[in-house]
Amino acid sequence: MASAPATPAPAAVAVPTASPATLLRLVVIVAAVGALEIACRVGWVPMTIVLPPSVMAESLWQLLLSGSHTRDIVVSFSNVAAAASLAVVLGFLIGAILHTLPPVRGAVEPLLASYYAVPTFMFYPVFIILFGVGSGAIIAIAVLLAIVAMITATLNGIDRIPLVLGKTARMMRMGPIERALKISLPAALPYLFTGVKLSVAYAFIGVIASEFILSGAGIGHAIAYAYNNFDNRTMYGLMLLIVLAVTVINAVLDTIDRRLQARLRR
Amino acid sequence: MRHILGPLLVILAGFLGWEVLHFVVANSSLPSPFETIVQMGVLLRDPDFWKQASQTGYAFGIAVVLSTLGGIALGILLGMGRLAGQVAEPILVNLYSLPKVTLYPVVLLIFGLGISARIAFGIMHGLIPLTLFTMNAILQLKPVYRRSAAVMGLTSWQTAFTVILPAILPQVITGARLGVSLCLLGVLIGEMFAARNGLGYMVTHAMERGDMPTVLAVAVMIAAVALAANGLLLALDRSRQP
Repeated sequence: MASAPATPAPAAVAVPTASPATLLRLVVIVAAVGALEIACRVGWVPMTIVLPPSVMAESLWQLLLSGSHTRDIVVSFSNVAAAASLAVVLGFLIGAILHTLPPVRGAVEPLLASYYAVPTFMFYPVFIILFGVGSGAIIAIAVLLAIVAMITATLNGIDRIPLVLGKTARMMRMGPIERALKISLPAALPYLFTGVKLSVAYAFIGVIASEFILSGAGIGHAIAYAYNNFDNRTMYGLMLLIVLAVTVINAVLDTIDRRLQARLRR
Repeated sequence: MRHILGPLLVILAGFLGWEVLHFVVANSSLPSPFETIVQMGVLLRDPDFWKQASQTGYAFGIAVVLSTLGGIALGILLGMGRLAGQVAEPILVNLYSLPKVTLYPVVLLIFGLGISARIAFGIMHGLIPLTLFTMNAILQLKPVYRRSAAVMGLTSWQTAFTVILPAILPQVITGARLGVSLCLLGVLIGEMFAARNGLGYMVTHAMERGDMPTVLAVAVMIAAVALAANGLLLALDRSRQP
């Protein structure tokens, strides 16, 4: 059955603990995809609006085989990787520095809390002036979107290091570096990883959305281009690619996240 | 007073940084904060600006009302059936982190190029966080509430309105705060990508003309309104927290 690849991965990843809920979820997803397939084939949904999932999968397969969009795919994924890693590293550093300066932190924190209320995208044109149309502006806006999640997670993580661990470090006469690497970092890791997970999701959103609005390359641009040319096959094929990629990446990060959270409760 | 002073200083530092950037960027295609404020004054007196703003406000208003009602209803529905909640949660979380712009062309194909596509796109953004917050609040509710409701022989309809909804209100307000900001983002992105009116269109159109003061003036005004609305909901949120 060609619609099989359209079943998202969370269920597949969670197989070792297959509960009734997991099985039911799989059934729900398969049923939804099947229903869409039937609705399209029978003609309840016109082919000019939505393509059957099997045709989407077939189109994606052909896109990947022919290599017609390989460049766009590489550009998008490398931008996401660059933006996510910049956001994680800078966000961690800023968070760690803010934590050592309580007055500054007190001034910045209320702004961080309402940061995501501001539609950052409206400032995309500013970055186009600063960096030109291309990867620079896109990575900048994606970092801007992702970094605050990492800063907040870092502050939260350092806050929650149990006091007793600090005392233990003093008892063992650890230096500041040894203490940071052996005590603080492992203790804060579960919280930090939640920040990493969010940063990756936000980096994806930032990169794809900016490519959509104004860009010359990338998957977002390719989808917008296909939409403008009524090329539904390409459009749905690329959409399926993004949905699958995001689902798989989320599932992997989520599994790691759950393991780390479980370690906290031990 | 003290807790307002700090953030204000940070915002002031932001404006200073902007001014420095204005001097550094070659031949200053980046307008200074002063130019932007002057342009804001011009826009605020321009009837065309108000026409675009009312378009955005209209789409945003409808999207907020529909996604709030829908999100709470869906959250209660999924939360009251424990199995339904467990089945739906990972699917919803995944939908939440999906870059929804990818799906905007589908929305356009279904709803056409009019304002309904933007409203639908705003709802797509705002509905899921509210559903998740409402659902999780109900799943974490102390069982004693539902047991007392059962003892008093309330119907599930009565249980939802007189017991569950009041008990989960704080989380619902938190979810609504997130939902409202995402609704605004959805509507604006919709306008930026394919529209002939609204503030998002105004920004993309000004960018194509190279009219940077307008771009920044509109962006800063939207940011200010969004921050104010968020601050209001945050205050409501805090007053509700025990």
